[in-house]
Amino acid sequence: MIKKIKLSIILLIIATAQSNALIEVDITRGNLDPLPIAVSPLSADKDTNVKLTKELKIDKVGHEISSVVENNLRNSGLFNPLNKDAFLQKPNIAHLKPRFEDWSLIKAQALITGKVTLKDEKLRVEFRLWDVLAGKEMMALAFTTVPSNWRRVGHIITDKVYERLTGEKGYFDTRIIYVAEEGPKTKRIKKLAIMDQDGSNTKYLTLGNELVLTPRFNPTNQMVTYLSYFRNLPRVYLLDIETGIQEVVGDFPGMTFAPRFSPDGKKIIMSFAMDGNSDIYTMNLENRIVERITNHPSIDTSPSYSPDGKYICFNSDRSGYQQIYVMKADGSKVKRISFGKGLYGTPVWSPRGDLIAFTKLHKGKFYIGVMRTDGTGERLLTENFYQEAPSWSPNGRVLIFYRETKTDSEGKGFSAKLWSIDLTGYNERMVKTESDASDPSWSSLLSN
Amino acid sequence: MNLSKFFKNAFLVMLACLVLSACATKKVQNQMQGDVYTGTETVEYLASGVPDRVFFATNESVLTTASRDTLRKQAEWLRKNSKINVVLEGHADERGTREYNLALGERRANAAKDYLMTYGISANRISVISYGKERPVDSGSNPLAWSKNRRSVTVKAN
Repeated sequence: MIKKIKLSIILLIIATAQSNALIEVDITRGNLDPLPIAVSPLSADKDTNVKLTKELKIDKVGHEISSVVENNLRNSGLFNPLNKDAFLQKPNIAHLKPRFEDWSLIKAQALITGKVTLKDEKLRVEFRLWDVLAGKEMMALAFTTVPSNWRRVGHIITDKVYERLTGEKGYFDTRIIYVAEEGPKTKRIKKLAIMDQDGSNTKYLTLGNELVLTPRFNPTNQMVTYLSYFRNLPRVYLLDIETGIQEVVGDFPGMTFAPRFSPDGKKIIMSFAMDGNSDIYTMNLENRIVERITNHPSIDTSPSYSPDGKYICFNSDRSGYQQIYVMKADGSKVKRISFGKGLYGTPVWSPRGDLIAFTKLHKGKFYIGVMRTDGTGERLLTENFYQEAPSWSPNGRVLIFYRETKTDSEGKGFSAKLWSIDLTGYNERMVKTESDASDPSWSSLLSN
Repeated sequence: MNLSKFFKNAFLVMLACLVLSACATKKVQNQMQGDVYTGTETVEYLASGVPDRVFFATNESVLTTASRDTLRKQAEWLRKNSKINVVLEGHADERGTREYNLALGERRANAAKDYLMTYGISANRISVISYGKERPVDSGSNPLAWSKNRRSVTVKAN
């Protein structure tokens, strides 16, 4: 259905002296002081431009790639990409040797330059990251790939720059799977959709004939597990993104829902409702063995593994109301961890392992928050009329979730949109989607 | 004379307005008991005098007295029409997380199913499906709309 995500991007490290850089970005604070950075358009010779314009239907691919980088950096909240109109030096000359005085004059502390060439039908992109204050090159890399991958090149460049300047892995060469929504609230049509992290390249994976909910990637991003109401039987499904083949997970005599993969991708963990009671089960995808993990007359749902696979956090109303619990992966040692005021749902373990993100309902408001895995250190990041279902960026710095608006007295004005927010509670922003959207799930890095 | 007639008419109009508006507010109040919907606006009928749905309090799946009354009528109708099978569709309002609401809808529909079974309806005539908060009947974002949406609806399956 969708062409293979995996693609060959050949990466060359151009010899570069590891300089002792003066600049670095502190990501533990908010975006109080984003780093001024100049992203010079990548240069390309005339011949390359003419050929690429013909093939990709875009003018100046070098400019476009630099715009992808610039947009990513701005959205991270940690960088302040400077206005290109103020750039004095020509892109091709800057790439060879920047005149650092010119760049420091416009207050740039870091500079990205690059060059695009077309050789044997392949796109070759090289870029350099410069420390303007120290007057040194910090990094130089080159990629070779098919021209249609030009946006991904922009994302990979951003990941490299982000990693070099913050000391942490980036999250830009990633995708979001979500549910695209349309139609009236009472008869919503929902489709699985996938897009790049920045909202580009949207593709629809189902047609909207049946209700679909809560898609989640496997660790290699090749498979998706989700809930489908195919033939009016709500069941957990598995979809191979590459082949488009869908199959129902297991042979359960009732509704299965709230699926996620285990960190090794070998199991799906989910809820199964029998005679009205929902408990947590796993199914091993290799040998099809089903295991019951919880056995309690309350609702147990929204399970999520710790990154080492040893623990599971989940949602249960065994105390009378929805709260968050943690247990060992075999279902033993169940412990309640949420004790604040209000109801807690959708716990999801951070990829770093130290935090659990959740949705909280208190006094008619919905919050997205994080707490430590023992329940201490609760921090609420954002408050709204309705929002839920956070999903972590692969580096554990950003959460994506969905938000719904309140309708007016006539039931009009409903919308559902994706939003993201930093772990710091800063940098809340709407993630652009072609239609209304909900249930986002972030992939891991596509390239490493 | 004319003037007093005018005042008299005006007074009557005002009185009518007051009575009407009082009725309007009273009507909203009468549609909910606690936060359970007791009105008839969205209710359809499986047969004459047999309402198709029951309503629930927030986060609850306990059947109210009115709900049990409705389900007894449904059970009687099912006993008389032994060839009819039904699907119980459980629903939740929009004020809860999607996954929990799926479980809650399931629990509500099963509460209704269990009650029908105690009145002699065989389990194999009843199937259950939860829609969570996916299929509201009222798209409003207010307590009355939410109360109409917290429901289990009995639908003919054949």
